[in-house]
Amino acid sequence: MPTKRSDQRYTKEHEWVTLDGDIVTVGITDHAQDQLGDVVFVELPELGRDVIAGEACAVVESVKAASDIYAPLTGKVVETNSEITDDPSLVNSDAEGEGWFFRLEIDDTAAFEALLDADAYNEYLETLD
Amino acid sequence: MIENALPDDPTPKPVRTTPLDDWHRRLGARMVAFAGYAMPVQYDFTGDLAARCRGGIVAEHLHCRAQAALFDVSHMGQAMLSGTNVAAALERLVPGDIIGLKPDRQRYSLLTNEAGGILDDLMIAHLGNDRFFIVVNASRKEDDFTHLAAGLPAGVTLAPLEDRALLALQGPAAISVLARLAPQVAALPFMGVAAIDIAGVACLVSRSGYTGEDGCEISLPADRAEALADALLAQPEVAPAGLGARDSLRLEAGLCLYGNDIDELTSPVEAGLTWVIGRRRREAWDFPGAAVIRDQLDNTFPRLRVGIRPEGRAPARALTDIVAGDGTAAGVVTSGGFSPTLNAPIAMGYVRRDLATPGTPVFVVVRGKPLPATVAALPFVPHRYVR
Repeated sequence: MPTKRSDQRYTKEHEWVTLDGDIVTVGITDHAQDQLGDVVFVELPELGRDVIAGEACAVVESVKAASDIYAPLTGKVVETNSEITDDPSLVNSDAEGEGWFFRLEIDDTAAFEALLDADAYNEYLETLD
Repeated sequence: MIENALPDDPTPKPVRTTPLDDWHRRLGARMVAFAGYAMPVQYDFTGDLAARCRGGIVAEHLHCRAQAALFDVSHMGQAMLSGTNVAAALERLVPGDIIGLKPDRQRYSLLTNEAGGILDDLMIAHLGNDRFFIVVNASRKEDDFTHLAAGLPAGVTLAPLEDRALLALQGPAAISVLARLAPQVAALPFMGVAAIDIAGVACLVSRSGYTGEDGCEISLPADRAEALADALLAQPEVAPAGLGARDSLRLEAGLCLYGNDIDELTSPVEAGLTWVIGRRRREAWDFPGAAVIRDQLDNTFPRLRVGIRPEGRAPARALTDIVAGDGTAAGVVTSGGFSPTLNAPIAMGYVRRDLATPGTPVFVVVRGKPLPATVAALPFVPHRYVR
């Protein structure tokens, strides 16, 4: 288990979220990429799309299965990572770094703080074993 | 988001294990339920094995195409048929030429029903002395054995072989690896069968498989499965591979998966398996469903199994709708995924006859969006069987 960053938040849908000003960066956790296996396809949301927390807005497919990625917070899509659509294996090799999915401009930074912190996410993972 | 991360399986939970269950877990297998068995879907290798193959579906798949992959397929049903005129008795249930199947040879065949549908696909090996060894699908074995027992005359017995394991060693190095342990293996022709001792284990070996590669399937006593698996793993070309790689390999090879690509509602004609019907059987038309199948061959049938190559990288999974260029319904994907060899999505499915020519442009409807695709010849990756 890699060390989790203290300023990083998580969801029970296995997304990680970091905050910089009013912009959050979203990706899938290392645990998620490990469970998915070899990622072969990623579909990202359109720039400018308004998403609501919990809304399916991206897709990640491994050799065997397709999974939805949900917006962890309500906001507007301001950037997407074309590196992972060109080379989906980046999601496996660096899920919580170069393998980020998209960035949202959010109104409510308090909602970010309310997401799971690293300890809470790790505790949640232990309940899944 | 990962609730779909494992293969779909209607079985609620694994109720049975193969003789290699502990062996898989020691090697880092991720076990899933498949056809009522706990089976390895992929491995997380460690130590020396990780240097050979890092594990995961893509790495295991590519290892099979490059060297040799070891599969545990002990969940499949094995049985022995024996008795007077057993070949003629089998011909009452399958469309293949079984009477003409020479000793020490194996043939792919189908159990058909009276409607011309497919109850299962199976391998039939002639062992000589009125004995035939069959291998059927795990998900179908109970039904198959019931069906066979009911259809066989007095004097022919069906003996399910519950105490046997089945291993498959597949890949361009498979035969040289096996020949190192048992030189007779190298002399087997494609679809040849022989009783051969491998590493001191009495095996029934057939030169066949489900990957499109050269290789063997090896039936052996369950209590010797670990010994043989270890002897094979001691060869530097060999890495285990799970059901995930087995599925992507067979899809590249254009081979049908029962329950996906063929079932009771598909006929051998639609499935492109007409070649399974023996020449003599096409004169007598005396197998289950012969009238329906003959009518399809003489007149017409609505759809044909084809390959599909979606453009871009998005896989078109089973049950994806296929539409024609003019927007009309064209058919449905029955198996679909991603080809590690081609680094592109591939699929098989049934389309209308007028769209079945390779090169025909169609669309696959993925998440509500029609994506351009092309009807393609099968297999996607050429077979490399010994000839």
